[in-house]
Amino acid sequence: MSDAVVSLQDVTLRLKGNAGLVEILHGISLDVKQGETLGLVGPSGSGKSSLLMVMGGLERASSGQVHALGQDLTAMDEDALARFRRDHMGVVFQSFHLIPTMTAMENVATPLELAGDRDAFDKAQDMLGRVGLGHRSDHYPAQMSGGEQQRVALARALAPQPRILLADEPTGNLDGVNGAAIVDLLFGLSQEHGASLILVTHAPDLAARCDRVVHLRDGRVDSTELRAAE
Amino acid sequence: MSLAISARFARRELRGGLRGFRIFLACLALGVAAIAGVGSVRSAIQAGLEDQGAVLLGGDAQAEFTYRFATDEERAWLDSIATSVSEVTDFRSMVTVNRNDVAERGLTQVKSVDSAYPLLGELVLDPAISIEQALADKGAVMAPILADRLGLSTGDSFRLGTQDFILRATITTEPDDAGDGFGLGPRTIVRTTDLADSGLLAQGSLFETEYRMVLPAGSDLDEVRGQALEQFEDSGLRWRDSRNGAPGISRFVDRLGSFLVLVGLSGLAVGGIGVSAAVRAYLARKTSVIATLRTLGASRATIFQTYFLQIGALSLLGIAIGLVLGAMIPLVFAPLISAALPVPTLFTLHVAPLAEAALYGVLTALLFTLWPLARAEEVRAATLFRDALDGANVLPAWRYVIATLVLMGLLVGTAMVFSGNPTLTLWTAGGILGALIVLVAAAWGIRWLARRSTRAARGRPVLRWALGAIGGPRESAGSVVLSLGLGLTVLAAIGQIDGNLRSAIERDLPEIAPSYFFVDIQRDQMPGYLERLENDPAVRRIDSAPMLRGVITKINGQSAIEVVGEHWVVRGDRGITYAAQPDARTTVTEGEWWPEDYTGPPQISFAAEEAEEMGLKMGDEVTVNILGRDITATITSFREVDFSTAGIGFVMTMNPASVSGAPHTFISTVYAEEAAEVQILRDLGDMYPNITAIRIRDAIERVSALLDGIAEAVRWGAAATLLTGFLVLIGAAAAGEGARTYEAAVLRTLGASRARILRSFALRSGLLGAAAGLVALAAGIGGGWAIMTFVMETDYVVIWSSALTIIIGGILATLLAGLAFAWRPMAARPAGILRARE
Repeated sequence: MSDAVVSLQDVTLRLKGNAGLVEILHGISLDVKQGETLGLVGPSGSGKSSLLMVMGGLERASSGQVHALGQDLTAMDEDALARFRRDHMGVVFQSFHLIPTMTAMENVATPLELAGDRDAFDKAQDMLGRVGLGHRSDHYPAQMSGGEQQRVALARALAPQPRILLADEPTGNLDGVNGAAIVDLLFGLSQEHGASLILVTHAPDLAARCDRVVHLRDGRVDSTELRAAE
Repeated sequence: MSLAISARFARRELRGGLRGFRIFLACLALGVAAIAGVGSVRSAIQAGLEDQGAVLLGGDAQAEFTYRFATDEERAWLDSIATSVSEVTDFRSMVTVNRNDVAERGLTQVKSVDSAYPLLGELVLDPAISIEQALADKGAVMAPILADRLGLSTGDSFRLGTQDFILRATITTEPDDAGDGFGLGPRTIVRTTDLADSGLLAQGSLFETEYRMVLPAGSDLDEVRGQALEQFEDSGLRWRDSRNGAPGISRFVDRLGSFLVLVGLSGLAVGGIGVSAAVRAYLARKTSVIATLRTLGASRATIFQTYFLQIGALSLLGIAIGLVLGAMIPLVFAPLISAALPVPTLFTLHVAPLAEAALYGVLTALLFTLWPLARAEEVRAATLFRDALDGANVLPAWRYVIATLVLMGLLVGTAMVFSGNPTLTLWTAGGILGALIVLVAAAWGIRWLARRSTRAARGRPVLRWALGAIGGPRESAGSVVLSLGLGLTVLAAIGQIDGNLRSAIERDLPEIAPSYFFVDIQRDQMPGYLERLENDPAVRRIDSAPMLRGVITKINGQSAIEVVGEHWVVRGDRGITYAAQPDARTTVTEGEWWPEDYTGPPQISFAAEEAEEMGLKMGDEVTVNILGRDITATITSFREVDFSTAGIGFVMTMNPASVSGAPHTFISTVYAEEAAEVQILRDLGDMYPNITAIRIRDAIERVSALLDGIAEAVRWGAAATLLTGFLVLIGAAAAGEGARTYEAAVLRTLGASRARILRSFALRSGLLGAAAGLVALAAGIGGGWAIMTFVMETDYVVIWSSALTIIIGGILATLLAGLAFAWRPMAARPAGILRARE
């Protein structure tokens, strides 16, 4: 556990649904190392996105231990979790989740501002340039294509130089060309920043680029595949 | 064909229920209910006045004379047409109470009656004795407020003029009180015969006699009126009958009611903004449905009709709810309203005000839903594959722009017809439209400013998120500023006008107004009167003038009412003076004053402003009936008369030879230090018991009290507007809740604490509220300034206490609405929200 940036011990997750309490994750234990790229794959409903949310403190584990960078996420309240994400985590979603009332630049600068970074907007502009959108910084999300929005979301996630990058099907809403471009950026930039990347995907070619792939089925780890040697 | 399909589509869509239309219905219902409610109360009062017209008047009909009793010929004719006649005299006087050799005086409105009074209704007294018992042997009854003020109890004696009376009871109900109009002093009732030695009804004194009649059953009121005017109009007889028993009150209620309906229209306009926002939100949700229908071959007309029918059906439902509320609330509260009003009421289902409110509701709904509906037909099939924001700012087709203008014209035209006061309606409509334009521009400006300021707010995320949200593409800044702003504008304008009027009347007027008006000073009393005052160092100024009273009956030989309508100068009798030369304060604006020794045909100098309002020109002939005699005079000059100082001001001044022979008295104003006022009144009252003193401060208090009532009523009307505005705010906050929940989820994912997000939401609401308040204040101050400067023609100062209330009110309203809908965004788990959007 000492060199793990994220460590899960016997984690279960139960959520209330229309049909009552449903157990989504069943006793998952998993470590993610510093700088590692980890792919979470599995059929729909296998619990991969839920597992990612638990790792990000966006969902609270019903039981078990969740540690990130040595800190116990299960012991933190909502605001402490928010501060932890601000300082150490970046999240990229399938549906981008940009704030529609903010321009691209403002979206990217937001986590930096939250961290009290005086150069938030310079860094945001720089980051937008690195994802190829330096010229679109004043545009609102509604004025951008899906691929562009996801690049803004990626810039936003990486701008604070997080040690952990979580990505939930980042190419799920994009065509092949845009998807490939995003994947290149995702891997390239996270490697450049030395961030651990945890990725949920359905795409085999995307999973194939990860150091390790965890297969989930019915909320359990089905198998683990090491790919670093390939 | 297309309409049938549209109706089918509309019916299917309405199966979804009324979700999302609650604010729509509430806005429309509240606006219609306010107008219907005000109209219903007005109709109830008018019906009450009509129903009780004969009692209020004191008979089926009344002949009225100024300054004199009926001649024998006139009285004989009145006796011949009526089954019974009662003679009532009405005048102002002073009640004097001597206690330990110190006289206390109080102004009173005396009604002296004969044994037939009251012909109709009942005079209720405390203790419960009959009027015969009360007035026998120089007995009197008076209003309890006057008895209290003078410390009089039953059995005490007081003096009117030089006659002593004994107070036998106080008045609980005076049946014909409302018919007598606005009096400055509380009532005292005595027998006319007991006044014979009082010195009060001397020739030239200011009094009116009213001959109330009970007519034979089945009398044709029009015919009797025609006969009376034909025979006696030239002798100064004025005629009223039970169809309009209390014309002053009726006119007042009618005007105030019309004004409140106009204030209600501003509420409906605010509601219209909410209605428009609700329809836009609904159609935005339906964009994919519309695009799908278009893909399947629906024409633009079909789309328009489908949603027009849906919104139309919902509008009718909202209007119906409003009508039911507007009709029922006055009925439910009828006992309370009746008890609070000094006039009779007849509460029942009055159809006319409901029809009026329904018409306003329909026109407003059409006006405010037409544009969003017109946008619906612009939705193309391709929209399915694009963002719904595409093309959102496209103007609707020209036919809709024209239809909107026609609807606006119809709405204003309808209001002009119903209010009976086109000028006031146009001013109000112009004010509302002007305020809306200012608010639209302000909303645009606020968003622009917010966008520009986000750069300056960098590094202060709470402020930047708030500014970004206000200036961003999806924020409801427009409808918030418009709805809240219009309500606050109405309230701000009323606050400014009320405050300025109050300050002019209560603070400024006492400084420039005289201390006392003395009336009924006989010519032979003038030297002694002046001697007392001129030797008093506390007296700064004395103005005196002879005064007669007369009625303008004709202008250039035609009936005055027919020529100038209901102008106040020709309504009732007016004071007339005469002067050989203009005094130092008179400014002749046109024409020339008669020579000092002029004895030719009568000439008249008319007040310039009133002459202009009445359309009078130099050389016009004005016939004035004074004491039953017609005097026709030629206008040979116009002069400035300033009524705003409460000093002596006559609309008409005539050359002395034409009227000085008629019996008359003098009027005088005294400007004295406040500390000396009591002694002046005491001395003059002792010297001349017949003269009446009207203390201006008392009169100002009466006017202020009246103003209080009017301001209160108008404030209630404005409160309905504000409540509608608040509803629209709630609607906007509720509509934005989803967006805020999502925003909060993303921000929390990025590391923002809940407190920080909540601060940003509060700041967003507060900034918008403050902006709406500031704009409303500016518009209200502009409106207040315009009214005070151009209509009231007086100075204007900003009333800061009211202004501050408006801004704080704006902030509180938006904060309340905004934070009420911040709970869910704060409580929701980010993962659930974000996953739902995947």
